[in-house]
Amino acid sequence: MLLEVKDLYAKLSENEEEAEKMILKGVDLAIAPGEVHVIMGPNGSGKSTLANVIMGNPRYTVVSGDILFEGESILNLRTDERAQKGIMMTFQNPYEIEGVKLDQLLLTAYRKLHGEDKTFFQLDKEMKKLVDDVVLPHEFLERFVNLGFSGGERKKGEILQARFLRPKLLILDEIDSGLDVDALRIVASQINEIKKEGTSLLIITHYARILNYLDVDKVHVYVSGKVAMTGDKNLAYEVEETGYAIVNGENGVSDLSKDSSK
Amino acid sequence: MELNELLYELKKKEEFELKVDVKPEMKLPAGLNKELIYEISAAKNEPAWMTEHRIKSFEIFEKWHEPNWGVERDELNLSKIVPYVKPNAKKTNNWEEVPQEIKVAFDKLGIPEAERKYLAGVGAQFDSEMIYKNIKEELKKLGIIFIDIETAVKEYPDLLKQYFMKLVPPTDNKYAALHGALWSGGTFLYVPKGVKVPLPLQSYFLFGNPGGGQFEHTVIIADEGSEVTYIEGCTAPKYDVVNLHVGTVEVYVNKGAKLKYLTMQNWSKNMFNLEIKRAIAEEDAVMTWVSGSFGSYKTMVYPATILKGDNSVSDNISISFAGPGQHIDTGSKVIHIGKNTRSTVDARSISIGGGWSFYRGLLKIGEKAENSKASVSCTGLMIDNKSKSDTVPIIEVLNANSDVGHEAKIGRIKDEQIFYLMSRGLSELEAKGLIVKGFIQPVVQELPFEYAIELNRLVDMEIESSIG
Repeated sequence: MLLEVKDLYAKLSENEEEAEKMILKGVDLAIAPGEVHVIMGPNGSGKSTLANVIMGNPRYTVVSGDILFEGESILNLRTDERAQKGIMMTFQNPYEIEGVKLDQLLLTAYRKLHGEDKTFFQLDKEMKKLVDDVVLPHEFLERFVNLGFSGGERKKGEILQARFLRPKLLILDEIDSGLDVDALRIVASQINEIKKEGTSLLIITHYARILNYLDVDKVHVYVSGKVAMTGDKNLAYEVEETGYAIVNGENGVSDLSKDSSK
Repeated sequence: MELNELLYELKKKEEFELKVDVKPEMKLPAGLNKELIYEISAAKNEPAWMTEHRIKSFEIFEKWHEPNWGVERDELNLSKIVPYVKPNAKKTNNWEEVPQEIKVAFDKLGIPEAERKYLAGVGAQFDSEMIYKNIKEELKKLGIIFIDIETAVKEYPDLLKQYFMKLVPPTDNKYAALHGALWSGGTFLYVPKGVKVPLPLQSYFLFGNPGGGQFEHTVIIADEGSEVTYIEGCTAPKYDVVNLHVGTVEVYVNKGAKLKYLTMQNWSKNMFNLEIKRAIAEEDAVMTWVSGSFGSYKTMVYPATILKGDNSVSDNISISFAGPGQHIDTGSKVIHIGKNTRSTVDARSISIGGGWSFYRGLLKIGEKAENSKASVSCTGLMIDNKSKSDTVPIIEVLNANSDVGHEAKIGRIKDEQIFYLMSRGLSELEAKGLIVKGFIQPVVQELPFEYAIELNRLVDMEIESSIG
């Protein structure tokens, strides 16, 4: 397995009180190399928290359970160390970083992750090609990271970074929200390119619509801080049609079989 | 981390290996009194007018009260400062004649190399005296005068008298008076009419004595239509007693001249750095201040421009960096007197590890300065929750048809920004460094290439040592 999340409980770091403030409540997940998994769930179910906890955001504290990457626990690793191992996430609302240009961030990060395996000129050429692929002008690279970006530009910027930095596991946190149809198609085609490179994907979303453009291995329905149900693409459409009522969030599992893909 | 380890080593080197162990030729005792001032004057073999100037300044000093604002100065005991340390070195224009120990220190700072590569001339001061001064021969032939003030006192007394402490008179404030009494070393630069100096001139100040004070004086005259860039750099090894620097700079930018004054201040963190910098711009003149304040324990410096002539311009760009234990009180002062005058202020400060940055600014547009235009922007960036940043911009506009813009912003690096950059593989240090370097970029691009690199290197060192 590339990623294994085992019975994971986590809470906001600043919260002292335990049980009732738990956001992740026993998450189990296993992603093999090259697999594409989708996590769907209602607002406030803790989907983004899961992404942040895997990435090691100090805002959250793991209370119990484990996260293994390539068979080793990464719980004690800092965020940058997890990135060095090949984990990356894109942000639902990526932060503005005034003064830091996108190309500067890309080059600095690339050198940190992959060293000197390519020359500056190769990397420069590659960045420009990736900007072409997301249908933005080359000046995009000269802009400060996310500063004054439109919703679509932010998401395109995130996916561009992911393509350039070539992680082994890419977590996409609501990469599809707020995108119009054209932008969604562009972003989805980039996700497919990333997949072709052999990257495993964990796609967190509200909507099944992005799945129209992607092949996926597993769909997990995520309710109240844990995976309530796992199935194939059809589960996503089913959820979209009938809502999350198909799983009974509070009590865990509905009358549908727990793993409809079996 | 490799780069940062290297930077750490470099910093250690600077702190410990820069110590210059040379016996001075003369070291006057600490304490302030007239006798001592006569001794300084005698040591310099000064004419009577300068001795009188010193004594008069001292009398003014004794009457002046401490300014009741700025940095806390309780630890600064003026009676304990050693005011005059004469290095055992004769003035020369040949590095080979500089005593080996002192030359090694300037070599480490890269000064002789910089002179060969990209400077029009260099002055080097060690303790209280300029020990080296040289300007390229072809520039000397154009009539440029680049000497230390002591030489100017002897060789160009009439010229010097017109300018010396006229813009910053000893009556200005207590420290101006102290400076008038104790001044030693510094630069006299005269650029004749229409001469455009192709490369910057630089003076570098190095300090080698615990408990000492450095009081260098700088007079620059850019005559009509001339252009010149002047760089002032300073550093000192750290001692465990308080050192004092009260430098004074007077800049005269005549009709149509352009002058750029760059400062890279990197004093050690036991230094009280209390400077006075003032320029006066005549008709169509352009004055630019570019300042980087990194070092010192406590700093007070507010480069000022008086826009006297019509259509004159002042730009003031500064970056100050307050690390653990530092209080950096900097700012700017612009007085518009002539018509159609223009000024900009772009002041940026960074505080980290408990440091305190304070911006203090005065912009005054006088009654007769019609159709003037001014903008003031001050921005503070705090790297953590321990640090402080303040801004006090004062703006007075005394006519109705001038245009004034003002912006003040204080921000903090957010944890989310750091997490975002770390999720791309950068360490916390690298993430902060990237943000800080972006923040100071507008200043960096005003600097000659070599100084831009130096500034970026300083930023890395400061952040590295502040985060620990």
